[in-house]
Amino acid sequence: MTDAFATAPASPTDRSLPFQHMQSAHCESGVMAAMLSHYGLTTTEPMAFGLANALSFAYVPLVKLSGMPLIAYRMPPRWIIKGLQKRIGLRMKFQTFRDAEAGMERLDELLAQGKLVGLQTSVYWLPYFPEEMRFHFNAHNLLVFGRHENSGDTEYSISDPVFEQAVCCARDDLKKARFAKGALAAKGMLYYPEFVPEEIDYARVIPEAIKANYRIMAKAPIPVIGLRGIRYLGKNLLKVAADPRKKDKYLPLYLSHIVRMQEEIGTGGAGFRFIYAAFLNEAAQHTQRDLLQEASAKMTEAGDQWRQFALVASKMARNRIPMDAAELRQIINTCADTELAVWELLRPIWKK
Amino acid sequence: MKKQDVPQDQVSTYAGQNKLLYAVDDQGNYTGVRSSGWEVESAATLDAITAINQDRLAAWERGNRGETSPLEFHMYNRRMDLSLLAQTTGLFKWRIRRHFQPTVFAGLSDSMLARYGDALGLAPHDLTRLPEKPPSD
Repeated sequence: MTDAFATAPASPTDRSLPFQHMQSAHCESGVMAAMLSHYGLTTTEPMAFGLANALSFAYVPLVKLSGMPLIAYRMPPRWIIKGLQKRIGLRMKFQTFRDAEAGMERLDELLAQGKLVGLQTSVYWLPYFPEEMRFHFNAHNLLVFGRHENSGDTEYSISDPVFEQAVCCARDDLKKARFAKGALAAKGMLYYPEFVPEEIDYARVIPEAIKANYRIMAKAPIPVIGLRGIRYLGKNLLKVAADPRKKDKYLPLYLSHIVRMQEEIGTGGAGFRFIYAAFLNEAAQHTQRDLLQEASAKMTEAGDQWRQFALVASKMARNRIPMDAAELRQIINTCADTELAVWELLRPIWKK
Repeated sequence: MKKQDVPQDQVSTYAGQNKLLYAVDDQGNYTGVRSSGWEVESAATLDAITAINQDRLAAWERGNRGETSPLEFHMYNRRMDLSLLAQTTGLFKWRIRRHFQPTVFAGLSDSMLARYGDALGLAPHDLTRLPEKPPSD
């Protein structure tokens, strides 16, 4: 294997790399797929997501975000980048900064070397986001691929994976977004590959990644994670609906919150279940194993059930149909049952 | 989800943008499909925005009557709440709550105002006053 930068297509004087923007559903898997593809290792978003075994479920009532419990359908930020390193032998360099200006200068320096640079940012401070999408979420990933002057001001060319086209961002705005404080504060984190492998040994890494994801979903040591976490959320909905102080005002907002975490936050639909099903589909093509295709179809079924949950929960939150927590719990349990069936189906993939 | 079932509801929250979803094509393979939004998702987004806009309006009205400092309005106007502002500024919540009192706020040092200004992305001049008109959604 050779150093990927030997063939990297940009010279230090060329500020606008011949970089191809690609739209993705999710920021972190999208950034990694685009980055690897740019350096010659063609990778799709679902493959990046699946190989990093990033599918999960977590319902953590003790951790509150804007007064709502933490609900996540994937592993925490940076999991995908780190997981890919381990899985495919990629080597990334991460840097954080105490001083914001130093962080901006380092970015300029790397761009001048023709590198593609990943950044962790806060969605709220990125002006190119639609107003109604701007919330304080500090772990949004994007790629910077160029820098230019626009009537005296410095602007950066940004490939934000969730957008259709590449966008521009002024220096001060980008600085603010990189150095926003609070939960998951990025501290200006930037990252770039030091070594990109030439190929992926799919026959080896796909079973590894699936087994690792099975362990997260079915064998988590604490009941708030994985399939048990899904059932725990269903049980909690019953509890909230029975609480006279919560059932009128809090419950509808709570249901909206769950739907947002499942659909709004760039999940590719159904809280990453469709991305994972796409990964299984692609894995079937790489390894010629029908079992993976079957599991993909089953995961699609689980995703469809999650979409059904969102639809019903949304109607109940809006009083279009009567609130019925027992029904919601039942749909959630069906999702957990179907997902369990997926993992049972996949067992022979890693069991020799 | 089948490719043809991907919602295309043209939701306002996307501001004309499309998002990428994954769906199954006629051969049973996954493909990326652009979606102009799903009403279910956008209703949930708007719920969150409405909740914070209500707090913002209430803070403006109380501020206008002199019952709270402009700081509270600006906090909600930046889509923050007390715990987030506390994390961002590194101040205790009780201290921020105290700074909501107009008399205490009026006596804040320049450096404390700069700390809030930095967290909220506002010049001290803007931080210490309310907009003339109540915010409209």
